[in-house]
Amino acid sequence: MAGTIIRRLVHMIAVLFGISVLVFLIFFATPGANPAARIAGKNASPQTVARVERQFGLNRPLPVQYALMMKKIFITRNLTSYVNLGEKVVPQVFKAAPVTLSLVAGAAIIWIVVAIVIGAVAAAFRNSWIDRLLMVLSLIGISMPVFWVGTMANLFTQGIWHHTWLFSWVPPLGYVDFSKSPVLWFKSLLIPWITLAILYIGLYARVLRAALIETMQEDFIRTARAKGLSERQVLLRHALRCSLVSVVTLFGLDFGVLVGGGALLTEVVFGLQGVGYLTYQALETLDLPMIMATVIYASVFVVVSNAVVDILYAAFDPRMRLRR
Amino acid sequence: MSHLLEITDLAVSFRTSHGLIRAVDGVSFSIAEREILGIVGESGSGKSLTVLAILDLIGDPNAAITGSIRFRGTELIGQKPETLRRLRGGAIAMIFQDPMTALTPVFTIGAQISEQIRIHTDLSRHAAQARAVELLDAVGLPDPHRAAVRYPQELSGGQRQRAVIAMALSCNPALLLADEPTTALDVTVQAQILELIRKLRDDFNSAVILITHNLGVVAETADRVAVMYSGRIVETAETAALFADPHHPYTWGLLGSMPALDGIRRPRLTTIPGLPPALDRRPQGCAFSPRCGFVRPECLPAPPALTGTAHQAACVLAGHERAAARNQVLAA
Amino acid sequence: MSEVSATDRDIAPPAPGYWAMAGRKLLRDRAAMISLAVLVIIALMCAAAPWYAAHIAHTNPFRSNLSGTVMRHGKPVEVLGAANNPLHLGIEPIGPSWRLGPYMLGADQQGRDVAARLLYGGGNSLIISFAAAAVCLVLAAITGILAGFFGGWVDRIISWLLDALWAFPVFLLAISLSVVLIAHGIDLGLFRLDASSLALPITIIGVIYVPYVARPVRGLVMGLRQSDYVLAAIGIGAPAWRILWFDILPNVISALVVFAPLIIALDLLTEAALSFLSIGVQPPAASWGTIIHDGESLIYTRPMVAIAPGLAIVITVLALNILGDGLRDALDPRAKLRN
Repeated sequence: MAGTIIRRLVHMIAVLFGISVLVFLIFFATPGANPAARIAGKNASPQTVARVERQFGLNRPLPVQYALMMKKIFITRNLTSYVNLGEKVVPQVFKAAPVTLSLVAGAAIIWIVVAIVIGAVAAAFRNSWIDRLLMVLSLIGISMPVFWVGTMANLFTQGIWHHTWLFSWVPPLGYVDFSKSPVLWFKSLLIPWITLAILYIGLYARVLRAALIETMQEDFIRTARAKGLSERQVLLRHALRCSLVSVVTLFGLDFGVLVGGGALLTEVVFGLQGVGYLTYQALETLDLPMIMATVIYASVFVVVSNAVVDILYAAFDPRMRLRR
Repeated sequence: MSHLLEITDLAVSFRTSHGLIRAVDGVSFSIAEREILGIVGESGSGKSLTVLAILDLIGDPNAAITGSIRFRGTELIGQKPETLRRLRGGAIAMIFQDPMTALTPVFTIGAQISEQIRIHTDLSRHAAQARAVELLDAVGLPDPHRAAVRYPQELSGGQRQRAVIAMALSCNPALLLADEPTTALDVTVQAQILELIRKLRDDFNSAVILITHNLGVVAETADRVAVMYSGRIVETAETAALFADPHHPYTWGLLGSMPALDGIRRPRLTTIPGLPPALDRRPQGCAFSPRCGFVRPECLPAPPALTGTAHQAACVLAGHERAAARNQVLAA
Repeated sequence: MSEVSATDRDIAPPAPGYWAMAGRKLLRDRAAMISLAVLVIIALMCAAAPWYAAHIAHTNPFRSNLSGTVMRHGKPVEVLGAANNPLHLGIEPIGPSWRLGPYMLGADQQGRDVAARLLYGGGNSLIISFAAAAVCLVLAAITGILAGFFGGWVDRIISWLLDALWAFPVFLLAISLSVVLIAHGIDLGLFRLDASSLALPITIIGVIYVPYVARPVRGLVMGLRQSDYVLAAIGIGAPAWRILWFDILPNVISALVVFAPLIIALDLLTEAALSFLSIGVQPPAASWGTIIHDGESLIYTRPMVAIAPGLAIVITVLALNILGDGLRDALDPRAKLRN
């Protein structure tokens, strides 16, 4: 077990290094235009461009530039935006992180619970109309763009139906800090949570159903039946426990897609001032230092949480401990 | 002897796109308390399905079971699922062929055994776990305390099969169904497991139905033998009688293809020509007729019935023709 | 002896070809066939966009129409009228007429015909997602086959690259690439892409999903490389190209066919998201994503501007996913994207 953890951590550090190099190359070594001009933003004066060139050491070799960049982001944390003059970028990212975390964690709880229920019910009643209905709904869930679902949610909960009993509780768009009012925090996040969860409910329910049906063909399921377990016990104890592994793997993979994509779009649509929203604002003004910082920090978060999921996975499934 | 289990005219059929396929076709046999019955046959002869049908464990929605299976006088076919569920793992337990895949990989051995104990008794979690360790000890697993907290894949094949047997024995079953329990194991381990199964009768008073394709296994273990071919029983007798005077040409073929480790070594092994028929293309008459060297016209219109009293065979060859024909096969 | 007749009887009729069989299976799959028809209809409608704009909508969907009027119920109505609030503050685009003709689905903030833009935008969305999927599948096939077949250091380098790309949150990668390239395009000497060119989103979206496909392809090829029939082919001295062409490629292609609709669906959603964030298709060109972006600010007054392109995306992606399921069932029930 300790060996697995160490190996996974080493792998994590290697991946982080790879990603940081990749981001650096994208922002500083893409052929086409002067990186200093890009960083300085649209319509920057020649003086600003010259200052950027000096500050980022752009006339020095690439490895030095890379080291300077990493120092600015992780050690001195004094990377500044040239669009919002002088604004320090890294503290803003840290200020925004709890919002993103609230959004993602809440949505994850919803989608895991709901997807397990749907997947198990569909597998238990496989090929019946219940199964077919649930799977069609899941497929629709994974076919909807999350930002469109959010826009539609706003249309109904903030617009058309806001004055009916159904949605009159929905607060105006925006994030309310948990410490300020837990109830309002919950209310302000519930619709975004559901919006973000829909895609993953569909995805996970489908995967879990397929895994359950495959597991139910295994020999050990026949053994479980031969022991005198009821069909429900067989499904929920033996099959589900083995099939959950596939969902846990997926969870590790999707975290990246989610924090980098789904959460960003959800934050934008619901006006939640998280890391994704920062990125979005920076995109509108082409504020490269800000984008770079959010991308790097989001990647760190994703890679670290992937590693954590993998380690949990090894703890969860004894089969994994013997392999590799 | 009172019959523990009595099977009459059992048939297992599958609905397929090509029509109904009868994989088990009119099988009848019975087994007494504390008796060990060996069922021998090639793959696809329907021997596993016969045993799975007893507990309704075939698990294919297209399978249909007809006939009669009486356990201690109670009819099992058409029985309520709840009643069958109580029997499974309780009075009738089962051991499967491949110990590598027969145990759920995410639970420890001890947890899987005590789970079964707790289904059928009202022992506490703790007591069930203690009983599981006792059972692991009884089936000869070294260091049962440690084995109980291990996961299946941390044990060797032979150890796992012992764990599977311990699980099957956990509720003192009156009948143990063993589906090729030694096929997946090393030869040396096979002997140990067979020894263990023989001992079960003395220690646990269980009757055993032992399925195998290996006549040697049967010779060592069983009191009585039934030979199956293409979904039917073709010969059944006391083990000694069957080996001394096999009646059916198929049984001769099986015996001829088995090397004798003790006794007279034959100059060479014989083989049965051809392959068993596909189940959907079984001949109208005796299913063995296409491979049989002694086919008669009366073999072809309908399968011959089992005849005889203690030693039954489904063959038209009369007693006096048998010895000569058999010598052609076995003493070649 | 009866031995001969026994084996004779066991000879089954020769199996029909793999593709023919899969094709027949797919033709029997009603859901997949309906989805295919829906996709064809959507593509044809989008292809008819210029005709629709010229002969039905009678507008140029790329030019603002700030002061125009249009006949409604026999009366001229301003395309961008005063907003329907007590103070008449702001302007409100004309709503949908629900009739074939000008402004069937209403106008956007610049007075442009939403229906016409929907068709034009759909064309762009489909072109980008299909082309990006083609880029992705070709790149993935090449890298996956190279890594899987040749192994050794080739495999090690490719796998390392794929792993790094894999660990990178896909969407952040797309954002980073887009934001850097969108302002100035890309210039690699011979290879020049303009910022407004559709080739830019096609390249970006095409590249980011390469690991999703390349990794399973690599695994498949490695498995085949160890299979008995490839080892036998090597054993009789068949040259590498021959093995690649006759033994490996057909299997890889069947996997790619299964992945294709799923990747197209993924690309379509990604394109929409990037365009929604205004780093995909650049104005005045449209895609379904940019139209949703335009519609967001009108969501409480003219919701149709955002609803229509969203529904178009949902229907298209749903059809692609169902078709993908059907193809998987017909060709390779065990194929899985992303592992």
